[in-house]
Amino acid sequence: MRLYFLFFIALFISTAVSAEVNIYSARKEALIKPLLQRFTEASGTRVNLVTGDADALIKRLEIEGKNSPADVLLTVDAARLYRAKTRGLFQKIPSEMVSARVPARYRDEDGYWTGLSLRARVIAYATDRVNPNQLTTYEDLADPKWRGRICVRSSSNIYNQSLVAGLVAHLGIEKTGTWANGLVENFARAPRGGDRDQIKAVAAGQCDLALVNTYYIGGMLTSSIEAERNAARHIGVFWPNQQGRGAHINISGIGITAASKNTEQAKRLIEFLLSDEAQHWYAETNFEYPVVDGIRPSETLQQWGDFKADELPMNRLGEFNSEALRIMDRAGWK
Amino acid sequence: MPSSATTVTGYSAPAGFPVLKPWTVLVLFLVMIFAVPLITVISSVFVPNAEIWRHLRETVLADYITNSLLLMFGVGVITLLIGVITAWLVTMFRFPGSRQFEWALLLPMSIPAYIIAYTYTGVLDVGGPLQIWIREYFGIGYGDYWFPEIRSLGGAVCMLSLVLYPYVYLLTRAAFVEQSVCVLEVSRTLGCGPLRSFYRIGIALARPAIIVGLSLVLMETLADYGTVQYFGVATFTTGIFRTWFGLGDSVAAAQLSALMMFFVIILLYLEYHSRHRSRFHHTSTRYRNIRKLPLTGSSAWLATFVCALPVLLGFIVPLFFLMQWARQTWGIVISEDFFQLIYNSMVLASITAVVAMILSMVMAYGKRQSGSRTIRLGTRFVGMGYAIPGTVIAVGVLLPFAWVDRHIDVFFSTRFGINTGLLLSGTLVALVFAYLVRFMAVSLNTVDAALMKVKPSMDEAARSMGMKDLAILKRIHIPMIRGSLLTATLLVFVDVLKELPATLILRPFNYNTLAIRTYELANEERLAEAACPALAIVLVSIIPVVLLSRSISRSRPGSHALG
Repeated sequence: MRLYFLFFIALFISTAVSAEVNIYSARKEALIKPLLQRFTEASGTRVNLVTGDADALIKRLEIEGKNSPADVLLTVDAARLYRAKTRGLFQKIPSEMVSARVPARYRDEDGYWTGLSLRARVIAYATDRVNPNQLTTYEDLADPKWRGRICVRSSSNIYNQSLVAGLVAHLGIEKTGTWANGLVENFARAPRGGDRDQIKAVAAGQCDLALVNTYYIGGMLTSSIEAERNAARHIGVFWPNQQGRGAHINISGIGITAASKNTEQAKRLIEFLLSDEAQHWYAETNFEYPVVDGIRPSETLQQWGDFKADELPMNRLGEFNSEALRIMDRAGWK
Repeated sequence: MPSSATTVTGYSAPAGFPVLKPWTVLVLFLVMIFAVPLITVISSVFVPNAEIWRHLRETVLADYITNSLLLMFGVGVITLLIGVITAWLVTMFRFPGSRQFEWALLLPMSIPAYIIAYTYTGVLDVGGPLQIWIREYFGIGYGDYWFPEIRSLGGAVCMLSLVLYPYVYLLTRAAFVEQSVCVLEVSRTLGCGPLRSFYRIGIALARPAIIVGLSLVLMETLADYGTVQYFGVATFTTGIFRTWFGLGDSVAAAQLSALMMFFVIILLYLEYHSRHRSRFHHTSTRYRNIRKLPLTGSSAWLATFVCALPVLLGFIVPLFFLMQWARQTWGIVISEDFFQLIYNSMVLASITAVVAMILSMVMAYGKRQSGSRTIRLGTRFVGMGYAIPGTVIAVGVLLPFAWVDRHIDVFFSTRFGINTGLLLSGTLVALVFAYLVRFMAVSLNTVDAALMKVKPSMDEAARSMGMKDLAILKRIHIPMIRGSLLTATLLVFVDVLKELPATLILRPFNYNTLAIRTYELANEERLAEAACPALAIVLVSIIPVVLLSRSISRSRPGSHALG
């Protein structure tokens, strides 16, 4: 018994004194670890990482409750941040830097989470078959003129769910439902694969348009595989709704867990991720747009030009997530 | 198992009244522990959730059920055909390459289903090299030619069948090899031709093993997530995740899993029923090496072709393309860290495999000893984990572990003022436990089927000579089923090596495996980079697969006795 007692004391002390921060991350290891290593070098804080699906990690946080070892949750979309917040898994981020550097629409209005990078969902088109003058808005993709010409991945994907949730916020449930029906009618094939697959299908001629996140195009243009580079060269990027509300934007973001025992380190990590260095990294390495104003996007990003972004508060994407999925279920968007 | 109940009645209580003997208590205890995660899932059924269910019923539920059933039917038929026919060919005949096919036919087992799916898609899809070549060579565009769509229900059936048939093959072949040659030779002298003795004797005697193999295949099919999700086929599993992640409703997701378990119960009932009606024990202990009939001419080449096809499509072709991709990327992927992945994967797989084998032995033996209905049903129930998607199991494991941890924490903080935090959750203990819940069926079924073939009269004879239970187990059963014990261990080893979803949720900080690395890269559609860890999984799995094969050829009880 005494031995156990000592063991627990040792355990307690060891967790209390070492400077570390524990991360649950929905961002894949390869897309976050280099940054975390830089953070450790700069601050001396040890970083422990578990990656996984955002909802599974949220469930783990929920079940572990106040004993959870996690200090922060990193996600790749706004709706999951909203979900974690509404389930009481976050605490307010105790940092003035967040509100100073991140525009209000890319962070939680109550200060529970902040965006770290921006991801735009755009229309990729076949440059040899589509005149970009024909393209206008997301809404227009439901028009019969695109019958059998559109590729998009499954509605199980969070980027699609957020896109549709955004439409619900702007147009309402009914109009979005009609739009989804029209869009599904226009599918060139049943949804399958990821965003890169849609780009390849456009390049191969199976469809003329695809809804994709821009960083996938960037990744393919710089891929080590020749076929990917070739496919990406065949497509153009069109920014939808530029005359109106702007293109759909999602974020990757972060929040400090309610159970966090290393709040100070967690705060420093967030500040590091918002630093110029980290913001450049997002743009250069994964072709995401910086969330902080005034950071120049990478050259690959600049070739697609400037764009007007939808100013819808990110939490709305979370609020309408489940409604969006029901609409897609009803429309038969697999 | 009524007939064994009658023969063993002398030492066991009548069905339905378990007498609390040590074995019974131990087995019941194990069953209860392993049932906790499954019961956690099932208990979700009692949460009212009518609104979501109405939505599911009106929209997608019919698709989930139809697709899951079609998938299981397709995979079931194909794996049976490939598995049984090849097993018979390599056991009974000699033809070009027959010795090599004995082990080569197992190789596809080393490739995780999602990896073969990614690989074939990379090759056969519209944007893949084959179709690009067709378009360029013939100067035509998409739509001017017909090409089968790989990412479809049919494609998923093919992919899963290619990597799952080895379960049927393995168990069937073991059963053929273990069959007393005398029976087969008697059938031949009675005028049965090879085909007829195959059908009338070989299949009939191997039926329990074939059905065990088939039920493993079907459960694995039902639990598959990676392949169907990538192919856009809406099945129960994809539905569970969609409901959970998309609708944000983990209760409805658990309810869907519970509904899925209902499927499995039907499956298990069918399996049980089929075993129930036909019971076979070895009636002769005289074994000789099977004299293989040499095949000549076209029938020999046909046999070679039949055996080569699944190996080619299920192993060599995907391996070839993986190697092509790995060659382009190994420089950036392989580092010191990569060897850590291999080490982690192997440690997890070894620990789980050995623990699973020991526990299965205990449970199967306890079941044999007690003959009680409760225990029989209990061990069946434990086997259900195999059909449940890893993520669902993981949640079923997290809940009770967190509960235990919380109570320990409360105990220590009130008594000693110390916060113990989470002691078990988020450790390898939780992860290995989840693996056991998920894969116990593989090990238990294999051991159980082997034990059942040992005639109860053996136990009686030993007992009449005054041997105790443990001694009988050690001196009679274990030596007789040694081959199957090894099979059980290796099967679980390979399964754990490939396992992804439970590992993803339950693993501790900074702990990665080959499967996780593969998934993360493949999921980002970085197939070329995913090829290196994928190849490593395949290479690591080949070792146990080859061991497996050797063990079966040696496991003929008579063969080592004869030297």
